[in-house]
Amino acid sequence: MSIRIENVSKRFAEFPALDNVSLRLEEGEFVALVGPSGSGKTTLLRLIAGLDFPDTGLIRFGDKDVTSLPAAKRGIGFVFQHYALFNHMTVARNIAFGLDIQPRARRPARDAIQARVTELLALVQLPGLEDRFPAQLSGGQRQRVALARALARDPAILLLDEPFGALDARVRRELRKSLRAIHDAVGVTSILVTHDHEEAFGLADRVAILNDGKVEQFATPEELMANPASPFVKTFIE
Amino acid sequence: MIRRSPLEEGRLARAALIGIAVMFMAVVVVLPLGVVFIEAFKAGLGAWAEAVIEPDARAAIKLTLLVAAIAVPLNMIFGIAAAWAIAKHDFRGKSLLLSLIDLPFSVSPVVSGLIYVLLFGAQGWFGPWLLSNDIQIIFAVPGILLATIFVTFPFVARELIPLMQEQGRSDEEAALSLGANGWQAFWYVTLPNIRWGLLYGVLLCNARAMGEFGAVSVVSGHIRGETNTMPLHVEVLYNEYNFVAAFAVASLLALLALVTLALKSFLEWRHRDAIAAMGH
Repeated sequence: MSIRIENVSKRFAEFPALDNVSLRLEEGEFVALVGPSGSGKTTLLRLIAGLDFPDTGLIRFGDKDVTSLPAAKRGIGFVFQHYALFNHMTVARNIAFGLDIQPRARRPARDAIQARVTELLALVQLPGLEDRFPAQLSGGQRQRVALARALARDPAILLLDEPFGALDARVRRELRKSLRAIHDAVGVTSILVTHDHEEAFGLADRVAILNDGKVEQFATPEELMANPASPFVKTFIE
Repeated sequence: MIRRSPLEEGRLARAALIGIAVMFMAVVVVLPLGVVFIEAFKAGLGAWAEAVIEPDARAAIKLTLLVAAIAVPLNMIFGIAAAWAIAKHDFRGKSLLLSLIDLPFSVSPVVSGLIYVLLFGAQGWFGPWLLSNDIQIIFAVPGILLATIFVTFPFVARELIPLMQEQGRSDEEAALSLGANGWQAFWYVTLPNIRWGLLYGVLLCNARAMGEFGAVSVVSGHIRGETNTMPLHVEVLYNEYNFVAAFAVASLLALLALVTLALKSFLEWRHRDAIAAMGH
């Protein structure tokens, strides 16, 4: 699904979090939003998710205007920095949550849900962990489960908010590789928020560099390195 | 050389600290509670049973249980709603709402009772209207209920607000992003996350609802067999120098509290794995 963000602004109390931002993402693209803290990258991601709403501007998925559609109806998957797994549910129930809560008419049969859970656990390389509880998993495993859960309903768009932020460097590298492989295998449009430009450059097709609520430059990693559009971009990626 | 943890005090200091704690507990908690039971059974099991099944005592027990059975569920619903609103949403007047929730804790129970007398009593604001419509609130069960609800409403909310604030919003946001509606997010995610805090709040609320004296005393009118709750009945008996009966009813009241406490410990023990898995 392509995503268009048109002249979006958002203020929190007094300071502007996003100031007239426009971006255009192609279908199947992997895009990273990078910037220092307070640059508006997480705010932009939450607006795309429908967890917050812009003051002005439009957000479109494909041809559809989703600007005021709530998160539940956008058909997205969201991965949180601190996993946000449901601690009282097993791994299988966590992953199946988005399917289990659907109204009976649309809900897949029980064994279809079971099969989907098995398939997703294989995809994130955690086969056989169905009956564990989140507290019994390592940080890296938890984030893999969170990823599987976000993918369960076959979202067209996958949104990731600093998904590696709480993990150590080795786990982070492994998970990064898996994430890109999953993105290519599933064929979603992915948006990753990170403050680490090397992570963004290593993963994404294109990178948007944000500063002070504005997009400084949106380009491929190669182009960003070759032609930084502003002094800020130049120092930020050094 | 004896190895010990750097946080540990010397043996003498440790013994003194433990000793003080145990002594304090013994004098302040165990001794009075023990006295209640000793006095209650001093004249034998027969006298105890007689004092407890006597009609006025039975009416008091029934009224106390009725009041708790209505006040506790109402305050549970209110407490969850208030905690949910305060912890998971931003709105104008949030701190005002927080102070209002604390009000019953900071106001003397006697004042809490008087508020209702001033509102609904014969000389109160709504008194004449209530009188002409033949509705009795003060010196009747509705007044006792109102006073009990007022005094006990902070317990559940106060227990849940810090818990829900600490848990943040991302679990609910995860549920929403997975297609859940608000009610599903609450039922499948929020409620299981807060269930132990909720249980604790409800037990505290229940203990206070059954034990409240001051506010209820003001609005009750102390009509034997009609508007006397257990604490009020204990006082009436005590003032009549009927010590055995007073302590018998008091022991029953204490027993109800001990039962709720035991229930809580039992549930915690039954679900210890789940509690450990929740990480608190």
